[in-house]
Amino acid sequence: MVNYHQPLDRTFAALIDPTRRAILARLEREDGASVSELARPFAIKLPAVMKHLDVLDAAGLITRSKAGRTVTVRLSPEPIREAMDWLRRYERFWSASLDRLAAYAEGKEAEMQEKGG
Amino acid sequence: MTSLTIVRRIKARPSIVFDALTTAEGIAWWWGPDDGPVLLAETDVRVGGRYRVRFRMLDGSEHESSGEYLEVVWPNRLAMSWCWTGGEDPGQSLVEIDLRAIAEGTELTFTHSRLHDEETRRSHEAGWNGALDKLERHFLA
Repeated sequence: MVNYHQPLDRTFAALIDPTRRAILARLEREDGASVSELARPFAIKLPAVMKHLDVLDAAGLITRSKAGRTVTVRLSPEPIREAMDWLRRYERFWSASLDRLAAYAEGKEAEMQEKGG
Repeated sequence: MTSLTIVRRIKARPSIVFDALTTAEGIAWWWGPDDGPVLLAETDVRVGGRYRVRFRMLDGSEHESSGEYLEVVWPNRLAMSWCWTGGEDPGQSLVEIDLRAIAEGTELTFTHSRLHDEETRRSHEAGWNGALDKLERHFLA
């Protein structure tokens, strides 16, 4: 029922870095941006931005398409969906389990109080 | 988010909740995502001891998880590693449960976090949850 694998690890690893998260957050707001537009808010040089984009690309979090001299970067939602899927499955598992656990423990508590415990 | 946290208030004292969490009888009652039966429950509740639970879901599929108890502090805290057996999940994760006595009984704080590798653990500490929350809101909208 739970099935996660290497791509998901790449997703999580790619998201460690605050610059990469900022890039993703921006791409979430805008439907595509050029590399130089993405680099502008950061106090780092273009090659450093390119490296971050490589990591995001390898994790499948973005796509890059080239038209003439402009590279447009877009968000690619699939890996994030997968990560969310992982969480939702666990959420379902534990939420249902803990509901029954509570009912079971409350039954035991009531039993004990009847016995004067 | 690398981790899932659930808080429940239970009208039972912490010792009862702790035993429900750790005894084979208790686990057989509550473990699993739906009302399918628990087929096997083994626990050796001490640090370094192991547990193994097998259950069948209503769709007929069977699943088994096992792990090691990492912290056992009766009746307040339990930490255990978590792994699905049978190749469906190669990684290990961590389950932590804290039980706090409150007027009505127990406040249970449950956390399941991914610990697939060192990077994942660091990412958890780096706290990128907020960023992913935002993305989740976007994609699930």
